[in-house]
Amino acid sequence: MERLQEIWLQSLFGFMALTTVVCSIAVVVTQNVVRAAVWLLFALSGTAGLFFLLGADFVGATQLLIYVGGTMILVIFGVMLTARGPFVSMKTQSGEWTLAALVGVALFGIVAAVVWSTKWPTMDWGDTSKIRGENSPTTVQLGLEFLGIPPQESPKDAAGTPLARLGRDPANIGYLLPFEIVSVHLLVVLIGAAYLARAKRRKAATS
Amino acid sequence: MIETLKTVIWPFILWPLLMSFAIMVFFQLQAIIFVWLERKVSGRIQDRLGPTRVGGKFGWLQTIADGVKLLLKEDLIPADADRPLFRIAPYIVLCGAFAAFVVVPFSFGWVAENLNIAVFFMLAVMSVEVFGVILAGYASGSKWALFGGMREAAQVVSYEVPMAMNLVPAVMAAGTMNMHKVSEMQSGWIWDWNCFHDPFTFFAAIVYLVCATASVKRAPFDLAEAESELVAGFHTEYSGFRWLIFFMAEYASMLAVSWIATIMFWGGWNGPLPVTQWLGLWIDTNGDKLPDAPGFLAQVIGFLNFIAKGYTLIFVMMWIRWTLPRIRIDQVMKLCLKYLLPITCLLILGAGVWPLMIQTERGGKVGGFAAAAIAFAILIIGIVTTPKSAAHGRRERVY
Repeated sequence: MERLQEIWLQSLFGFMALTTVVCSIAVVVTQNVVRAAVWLLFALSGTAGLFFLLGADFVGATQLLIYVGGTMILVIFGVMLTARGPFVSMKTQSGEWTLAALVGVALFGIVAAVVWSTKWPTMDWGDTSKIRGENSPTTVQLGLEFLGIPPQESPKDAAGTPLARLGRDPANIGYLLPFEIVSVHLLVVLIGAAYLARAKRRKAATS
Repeated sequence: MIETLKTVIWPFILWPLLMSFAIMVFFQLQAIIFVWLERKVSGRIQDRLGPTRVGGKFGWLQTIADGVKLLLKEDLIPADADRPLFRIAPYIVLCGAFAAFVVVPFSFGWVAENLNIAVFFMLAVMSVEVFGVILAGYASGSKWALFGGMREAAQVVSYEVPMAMNLVPAVMAAGTMNMHKVSEMQSGWIWDWNCFHDPFTFFAAIVYLVCATASVKRAPFDLAEAESELVAGFHTEYSGFRWLIFFMAEYASMLAVSWIATIMFWGGWNGPLPVTQWLGLWIDTNGDKLPDAPGFLAQVIGFLNFIAKGYTLIFVMMWIRWTLPRIRIDQVMKLCLKYLLPITCLLILGAGVWPLMIQTERGGKVGGFAAAAIAFAILIIGIVTTPKSAAHGRRERVY
């Protein structure tokens, strides 16, 4: 029984992962910018699906909201505003291909090294109730961690170690510092964008 | 075998399929009523009768006739269009609009997936819809469609911000983003609804409705399809079934934003009076450990309540659509960025400070009703002081 559940969930995972990978490759290969954006939409949706499958509903929804609802629309908007011809297409040179391949392989190496060296917590397949959305209150935990309050009831792995603590100092203060840094960074970016985009007052006009 | 059915096939395969199917069919039946209602409401507001003939009285079969007509139309794709994108765009819009219904609690326990972050999920999924509309505008290879898509992008992306932020006072009042829990908390009398929780939630409910109307691009914010300027905007080049999908998606997203408003502000499935409790339709669950839950009949009544509230909000949207003229794109953006956004920020600030100032729950509710009374008074004063010639312009035409 547990075996069957595992197979079903694994095949769902495989489906989502395959969608993401195939669409990501299509993003790189296609030459039309807008089509690449559509492929990227599917790739990002697949990633969101992976998050939902893993019970990380908040991260999945955020993925949809920020990347699909925000970034992708900006991409399309930018293309429509700057396009000269009816349908924009890009031709890539072989030099660009090699450079991109090098960067890609290097990035893949780093990620693969991290994946292999990390001790991943394993899931108890018998208890599928954890996978259901209502039983995985990730938002509360994330919010508490972002405010610097370590969660009281962090889920534990098989050995009884709380997952939120894995490999970190017990006297940590959650993610308060990164959270603050990112928010200040975003504010700076917003102000910078507003400064760049505002209507410039010419001196000749005032004098 | 039975065990497999119970633990794998039912919860992970059959149940989700059944739920998706039920939601799709349920919505499509609603769309039949909405299209007919839209025609009737627009007719009455414009001093016409609306459909009267198809299906005998009241033209109630008009939508079916429309549907048959649309299915029989030729499916045209312009020569200049980007064919695959042109084909796929309506489906992206449809997915965005329909996937949001997965987390809506129709009544106590009647929810397909009781997500912990249901409101956030709905807003996130509905933001996918914009992408499809912009894509349709771009892929049509037509100037009208392109302008429609650009306007849509500018408008909806701007209005999503105040719309989502207006839900924050309600989320603060409820303390959770789980729609089922938010609805449960509002059970009881009418003053237990979130909109009367404090004055700020009441005004947030009103401002939310404005933002929601804009974000589903209904008139007076229908700039993406402004027919007097852009022929039909982003769906100019669409015909037949693909156009029908856009049409369905518009109604689906209208319904989705109305349901969010219903759940977050207007009490969810709870009626104004605790009638089902008086009738003894609630069942005692687990003694004192858990609060009482509605029985099946109470659930059905709650479902009817929920649907009625959704219909009321949609009726208000239709009323607004056929009453107000379309506003210009610069006015649309100005309204959003210069008025709605600061108002929303003030509301969030107020909703945060209010519980610190007024400690008792009753104080909050009195404040909520005071806000409602003030809003109502402003409305009445506005109606009374409007000059007769403006209010009844049709009697004094000058052309």
